Amino acid sequence: MRSYSETEAVDFVIVGTGAGGGTLAARLAEAGFSVIAMDAGPYWRPLEDFASDETHQEKLYWTDERIVDGEHPIKLGSNNSGKSVGGSTVHFAMVSLRFRPEHFKARTKLGYGADWPVDWREMWRYYAEVEDALKIAGPVRYPWGPHRGRYPYRAHPLNAAAEYLARGAEALGIDWTETPLATLSAPRGKAHPCVYRGFCVTGCSTNAKQSVLVTWLPRALAAGAEIRDLAMVGQIETKNGRVTGVQYHREGEWRFQPARNVIVAGYAIETPRLLLNSANGEFPNGLANSSGLVGKNLMVQLNQAVWGIVEDEVRSYKGPPSLAISEHWNYEDRGKDYFGGWSYMSQGPLPITWARTLSGGRGLWGQALIDEMARVNHSVGLKMVGEVLPDERNRVTLADECDQYGLRIPRVTFAFRDNEKAMIRHALDFMDQSLAATGATERWQESDDTCHLNGTARMGNDPATSVVNSDCRSWDIPNLWICDGSIFPTVGGVNPSLTIQAMACRTADRILLANHEAS
Amino acid sequence: MADRYPDYDVLAKSDTLSWNPVTRKVIAERMATAEPDILSPEQHATLRRLIERIVPQPDNRPPVNTVALLLHRIMANRPDGYRHHRLPPLREAWTIGLAAIDAEAQARHGQPFALLSNREADDLLRAIEASETQAEAWQDFPPALFWSWRLIPDIVSAYYAHPSAWSAMGFGGPASPRGYVRLLANRRDPWEAREEGNHHGA
Ligand SMILES: Cc1cc2nc3c(=O)[nH]c(=O)nc-3n(C[C@H](O)[C@H](O)[C@H](O)COP(=O)(O)OP(=O)(O)OC[C@H]3O[C@@H](n4cnc5c(N)ncnc54)[C@H](O)[C@@H]3O)c2cc1C
Ligand code: SF4
Repeated sequence: MRSYSETEAVDFVIVGTGAGGGTLAARLAEAGFSVIAMDAGPYWRPLEDFASDETHQEKLYWTDERIVDGEHPIKLGSNNSGKSVGGSTVHFAMVSLRFRPEHFKARTKLGYGADWPVDWREMWRYYAEVEDALKIAGPVRYPWGPHRGRYPYRAHPLNAAAEYLARGAEALGIDWTETPLATLSAPRGKAHPCVYRGFCVTGCSTNAKQSVLVTWLPRALAAGAEIRDLAMVGQIETKNGRVTGVQYHREGEWRFQPARNVIVAGYAIETPRLLLNSANGEFPNGLANSSGLVGKNLMVQLNQAVWGIVEDEVRSYKGPPSLAISEHWNYEDRGKDYFGGWSYMSQGPLPITWARTLSGGRGLWGQALIDEMARVNHSVGLKMVGEVLPDERNRVTLADECDQYGLRIPRVTFAFRDNEKAMIRHALDFMDQSLAATGATERWQESDDTCHLNGTARMGNDPATSVVNSDCRSWDIPNLWICDGSIFPTVGGVNPSLTIQAMACRTADRILLANHEAS
Repeated sequence: MADRYPDYDVLAKSDTLSWNPVTRKVIAERMATAEPDILSPEQHATLRRLIERIVPQPDNRPPVNTVALLLHRIMANRPDGYRHHRLPPLREAWTIGLAAIDAEAQARHGQPFALLSNREADDLLRAIEASETQAEAWQDFPPALFWSWRLIPDIVSAYYAHPSAWSAMGFGGPASPRGYVRLLANRRDPWEAREEGNHHGA
């Protein structure tokens, strides 16, 4: 790996190496820029470092202290963010979906939320680029939305849990399909196809998973980028209205790396935290914050589920957890008493996750818990990924406490509003009908889970109502960019990582274009 | 309930392709984890009794060292990445919580929690779960939040980190580099658990 010195400014320091930062590191280095991508987490070698074990693999998660409050304080940890080179994609579930086109213009086309300052057709070209870069395994024909090309790799086979989704959907007369997944269904170079071991959300120890760690980052290195791991950025410095570099903590000391441009890609809690923690004399309210919107409009996604018991041995621990999906309610607006969309997928919880679900969601403990756990091989479930509307009251601010680096920790405030509650009611009812149609009995509803983090530095066309412009460049500071889950004006009813990577590819092209025009 | 997988032991696979070297190492270390001496004898007894009630040991299998695993977690005091604004950090929450459980037992029965009958202990736990406690000790320490954000998740996570618990639920266990071939309903690979009374598969 190339390494840059601290005495000379590089073209770009990227903070975070996940879906946004890792993708940009590759694309910008390939375009000839000098790039250092820093990450607070370690650079893992999955083949040697990853155990098949939920507890041990907690080492991948962002578990630094965060305070959660509001009417529905959100449970972060394993379920929401990673602290590893490769970001949250190292332990993500690989579901790789495109936004419904209208969801990019939710305000003007559907009457809620905010518009994205980009055209869906352009985004669809970038989706295709990312799908090819990750060799997404998907169905031959995708049932919803405008025509899309073939997925690069063939779809994975269904496991029993996925067959239950398919049977339920068919009984209710709606479409379903094999989930487009970022794990190999055929060999790729030295990487073997997925072996269906089912530990995906604790990290893939075979490298079949096409995370940022095994896709974009090798490309970034090959193009001369430096990945500086275990480097926690605490402050972005500015002078005369421009950023000059970053203060970061590595090997026990604070250091300074000068840079001509800084891109923040720390995900929707750490990104606003860093911008707020970087407040200085020039920018007393934090960087890029003239709109006052940094940290606001935090959107998780609804992750409620319905579970039941069947005669069949399902053994849902085998294979990626979500092999089948229905996006029906992302594309169908009739029959809803709320705004927005949702999809739902089959499930395959590992033991600790399942024990926490049964004890937390159903209040089981003692022998009742042990006995129910013993029936796991006969349990099936459907889980939604549902749209949360932007709301300024859901937000990330700074708490008074400090972390191990001496930096103020984030406070995350969240509540579901009426729209979310109505969507949850509809989704739980629909998923219950779907499970019932397959003969599942003893059905119950898990009503309070959430996933994903977006929206705390939204993009837009107006500096008064957004933090970055359509190029992901901050309105206030011309050489400061934000490119990760935070820039989403709305979240739609699909998992976000494909959109984040597509936006990062687009941002790289916009930077290149601006650079050509300037020179 | 009778063990559904009486002839299954996930550890039998530990020397096969299902377990990579790092998995073997972390599981062996976990099973050998002893109880560190970090609590007072009274608190230690309270924790032991609490764990017995929340996660009873499996029948006819090596016991799960839940107490040791949880004590290590309390000792490490490593955050989980989200702390309810009304609860203190992990170690402090457990120290206050164990004292409060004992105080509740004293208030109700004039005895420490460790000496309560099963029924008394369970009734007391249900009161914590429902925020219907009597002792002063809960004044600034919300019982139902301690229950759902700390007590239950920490205990069940420790218990279900142990191979005995995996075997009893017929979980395939560690699976790398070898995963699975048969994914359909009622099909299992030869290295998966056979369910008693169920003649499907393999
Ligand atoms: C369990 C789980 C399952 C998921 N499943 C899916 C799925 O199936 N499909 C999907 O599309 N999405 C999924 N997601 C979500 C997806 O992983 C994220 O949306 C995506 O990775 C976010 O990209 P990002 O670039 O914004 O941040 P991340 O990928 O989280 O990367 C941010 C990186 O920045 C680093 N960082 C943060 N602050 C600093 C700092 N100050 N200094 C240095 N480094 C810093 C972090 O260590 C981290 O590595 C899942 C997430 C989780 C946790
Ligand atoms: S099921 Fe496939 S993607 Fe998931 S961890 Fe296993 S090999 Fe990796």
